[in-house]
Amino acid sequence: MVKEYKTIKTQVALPYEIAYGATWTRFFEGFKERKIYGTKCPQCARILVPARAFCPRCFVDTEDWVEVSQEGSLVSWNYVNYRYFGMPTEPPYVGGLIRLDGTDVGFLHLIGGFGLSDLEEVKKNVKSGMKVRAVWSDERQGNIMDIRYFEPIK
Amino acid sequence: MGRAVAVVGVGQTRHGRRMDVSYPELVREGVMAVFEDTGLTPDDIDGVVSGTMPSMMEGVALTHFYFADAIQAVGKPVLKTETCGSTGMSIAHTAYYWIASGMADVILAVGHEKMNEGDSQATMTTVAEPFYQRPFISGAPGVFSMQSAIWKDRFGLSDEKVREAAAYISKTHHDSAFDNPYAHIKIRTTIEQIVNARIITYPVRLLDVCPNSDGVCAVIFASEEKARKMGRKVAWVKGIGYRGDEYFFGDSDKAEWVSAIEAAKQAYAQAGIKNPRKELDVAEVYNPFTFQEMMLYECFGFAAPGEAPDLVLKGTFARQGELPCDPSGGVLCTNPIGASGLIRVAEAALQVTGKGGAHQVPGARLALAHAMGGVAQFNGVMILGSEL
Repeated sequence: MVKEYKTIKTQVALPYEIAYGATWTRFFEGFKERKIYGTKCPQCARILVPARAFCPRCFVDTEDWVEVSQEGSLVSWNYVNYRYFGMPTEPPYVGGLIRLDGTDVGFLHLIGGFGLSDLEEVKKNVKSGMKVRAVWSDERQGNIMDIRYFEPIK
Repeated sequence: MGRAVAVVGVGQTRHGRRMDVSYPELVREGVMAVFEDTGLTPDDIDGVVSGTMPSMMEGVALTHFYFADAIQAVGKPVLKTETCGSTGMSIAHTAYYWIASGMADVILAVGHEKMNEGDSQATMTTVAEPFYQRPFISGAPGVFSMQSAIWKDRFGLSDEKVREAAAYISKTHHDSAFDNPYAHIKIRTTIEQIVNARIITYPVRLLDVCPNSDGVCAVIFASEEKARKMGRKVAWVKGIGYRGDEYFFGDSDKAEWVSAIEAAKQAYAQAGIKNPRKELDVAEVYNPFTFQEMMLYECFGFAAPGEAPDLVLKGTFARQGELPCDPSGGVLCTNPIGASGLIRVAEAALQVTGKGGAHQVPGARLALAHAMGGVAQFNGVMILGSEL
């Protein structure tokens, strides 16, 4: 018999109030109006989304705001089938990396609008390279989940 | 490169679910192991560097404070290095820089994690901000599954071939773990079981993914003068490289993964390596996911872009192959994250000093150790050799 030693059950629950700053604030104000904004780098001319305060490559301010397309191509996806504290929705769910039309980086969000319980069905609906479009919540709070998911464009 | 630096000894705990010890007791077990291996004592140590993945994995924020006694850091310079999954490699780099700079002669490096005490995947989502990336990371398997899918599509590889090669990797590493006395997961498995295992984040299934492990690795680095005085076989640091990508997952190319490619290039240039597959005798690649491991082989020049699955299925990276990768069973079978990168260094050192035991690659003289971390963001490499 291996001796069992005691454990203590404990929790760390810390409240935070985290500053959005001007750029995230403006980006999510756009969400309330069902608009997705990016910023354009004055040096490399890339359109970055979500909107950025500066271009990570050129290290210059990006003050040129552009409304970007709500449609794009699916670059990559996964099918999440396990539970963890803080997950965005009940599994199974599909995560996607989307290249919104006219932008120069990938945008992360969920893929949905079809049955998710059966992987084989999901594989019929989700293909890399397919066109997708944003589906908005009716009631928007100004956060990333104001977009419910991106759905395949038939 | 600064002054010459050697790994003069290594220690590991038995890795696994270690609810038989408190966290500092586990750390001390690893530290005692390296003192036993080297015959050195705390008095011989000039400074200590330690680290964990994010500290909140175990709910105690300042581990080098908590472990001051267990790592025998009292009265000495002490550093903490933390770079997510690549923490263990960054600890090794810190120790290297410390000695190479001439500021110390003997450094104790300790990587540790006790993943079974918290919610590892929830902890990992906290490496990202809450505005945008956090909801979509889905723990570690989420991002790394997406990354390997980008790689597969880039080179037009079929799902079937990639699945078959990933299963081969899983099978061979799980078999290798039986030859590693410290490995956590020791199960005999079959290709059929691997390809039908429960889905975690498709295409990753249970036997394609690393476990939650508790464990510690401790390594002592020394200057040339101190290393030679010890009169034992040591592993010389031949080259190191480290790179990070931009923060946002969608900003950088993850299929031809720039940070992995450039980190290896830097280390190869220092070590004078031109053809890594031919010149290296063994590699310990940080491999928590089978699919991603193949992609890393390409980043390190072990295979041409898109070629890795074919070479895997030919046995090129198996124990008897041209370049054995992860003869220890790798991260796939043992993953106390803050220790995992340092375990790669320790395993590489064991190989080039001929102390690999049942998983020794015969005659190994030059080895690559690697670790990666962040939201598919960081890569670190260290090359170790039997000759200076």
